[in-house]
Amino acid sequence: MSNGSSGSFWNHVWNRLKGDSFAMTGGAIVLFLFSVALLAPFISPYDPSDVNTSILLEPPNLKHWLGTDELGRDVLSRMIYGARISLMVGFISVGIATVIGIIVGAISGYYGGLVDEVMMRFVDVMLTFPTFFLILAVIAMLEPSIVNVMIVIGLTGWMGVARLVRAEFLSLKERDFIPAARSIGQRDIIIIFRHLLPNAMAPVLVSATLGIAGAILTESALSFLGIGVQPPTPSWGSILTEGKNYIEFAWWLSVFPGLAILITVLAYNLLGESLRDALDTRLG
Amino acid sequence: MVPIMFGITIITFIVIHLAPGEPTDRMTEMNPKASAAAKQRMREMYHLDKPLHVQYGLWISRLVVLDFGRSFSPDARPVLDKIAERLPITIFINVTSLVLIFIMSIPIGVFSATHPGSAFDRGSTLFVFIGFSAPGFWLALLLMILFGVQLGWLPISGIRSIYYEQYTTWGKIIDLARHLLMPVLLSSLTSLAFLSRITRQNMLEVIRQDYITTARAKGCHEKSVYYRHALRNALLPIVTIVGLSIPSLIGGSVIFETIFSIPGMGQLFYESVMSRDYPLVMGILVIGATLTLIGNLVADLSYAIADPRIKYE
Repeated sequence: MSNGSSGSFWNHVWNRLKGDSFAMTGGAIVLFLFSVALLAPFISPYDPSDVNTSILLEPPNLKHWLGTDELGRDVLSRMIYGARISLMVGFISVGIATVIGIIVGAISGYYGGLVDEVMMRFVDVMLTFPTFFLILAVIAMLEPSIVNVMIVIGLTGWMGVARLVRAEFLSLKERDFIPAARSIGQRDIIIIFRHLLPNAMAPVLVSATLGIAGAILTESALSFLGIGVQPPTPSWGSILTEGKNYIEFAWWLSVFPGLAILITVLAYNLLGESLRDALDTRLG
Repeated sequence: MVPIMFGITIITFIVIHLAPGEPTDRMTEMNPKASAAAKQRMREMYHLDKPLHVQYGLWISRLVVLDFGRSFSPDARPVLDKIAERLPITIFINVTSLVLIFIMSIPIGVFSATHPGSAFDRGSTLFVFIGFSAPGFWLALLLMILFGVQLGWLPISGIRSIYYEQYTTWGKIIDLARHLLMPVLLSSLTSLAFLSRITRQNMLEVIRQDYITTARAKGCHEKSVYYRHALRNALLPIVTIVGLSIPSLIGGSVIFETIFSIPGMGQLFYESVMSRDYPLVMGILVIGATLTLIGNLVADLSYAIADPRIKYE
């Protein structure tokens, strides 16, 4: 970040992103999904939970663009509402992970010594668990629900952020502006949040963007195993799960939600990778 | 090692005790005939009447002699036996996947990096992004329908056919391979995509270093520059990343073993979690984490082999 004030730094990043077709594609898809989720009640052609026994398992047609499911519900409407779930899961769980990661990483990197040693060993321990095993166990113990899914994905996903923030802090605190801030008597908390953290945010932003992709995948896998979002709430993963029993004669129930997950995750990955390039940062 | 093992057991213990109520609630609610006396016997058997730290102490003291207790399921078999019979197939699938990831991602990454902008590079970039964005269970479902049901080329569940015993040794190997082909390919996909990407990035970065310019300047052949001077340095971080991808690989076995009905540890874990078989859940969590620990140790050792500057005492 050699080019002066942070304003010009972010301008510079934006200019680089504008010229990057990956970033623009990813960003456009994310923006589109946001609008779909926000406008769900207005744009969805039917009520997502409207059961209609006269149109069971209809293939895609003019009235039901993506067909109907085994209860005669409109798949497109369910997927539009499902977009809300995946956005919510992505942002809230990554939000939880990022906050925990920043706090742990900041304390570890700023204070060092025994605190650092203990916290980093804790990170090591968390990283040895096969992540999905841990998530599965906790959710099954707590009763599956969307709230628990978000909390658990957050609680098991902060370790990378903690390591990143710690590493940034370790190198930043050697820079002149930190002793300068100390010498005028600023408190630790001010130094951490006002001076160090803003300078350490670039890699965190990248890892959060990629983290959203991961969280959406995890939620869909949990819903697929029947311990994620519970019916009748439509999530892409749960539409897929309900549809998999009919896959041989109702392919649309499995293909469309899967594609939606793929495209969404792809969009966040594209955005994350381009951000990484634009911010010129590397994740260790 | 020891503090980490200790940490693993603590977290496992905490996870299990997150559940509201007691394990016996679950057992007795399934069986309305269970009397209060039976419940009390159960509590004493599993020391549920003792305070938490005592429970932990008792559990850990049994754990150090590899006594994981008995399963809550009707067969009440020792947890260790149940895990032991499921573990080999899971390890086999994961090790095969790791080997596959390693031998495929490096050439893909290197070739992309040495031919930036080529059709291969663009194609592999597309593959990489789709590879780590596609939900594995969904691909599994689609491939199962395509190759298993529609085309009938590959079996879709289990690890051997019903006539397995009658086959020759060679026939048995082929039978097993046919059953494991889809699970192994699918479980490698994410890491394969990820590692190809990392290899490409590392290679591109290494190629820009001064010593590569030096190698070129002294007249080294282009191939020798890439494979003798660049590759080894580009590979170093990859060894670490392979180590780091082990937890997600093992975690993924829950999904693929469930979908393909493979009787491995992942499927056992799913069953144990769904039936709240606490001793079994705890046992698999501890063993799963230990496997990762061993994997990381192997990664560290290979790092030392790959990088002569590092020596472990």
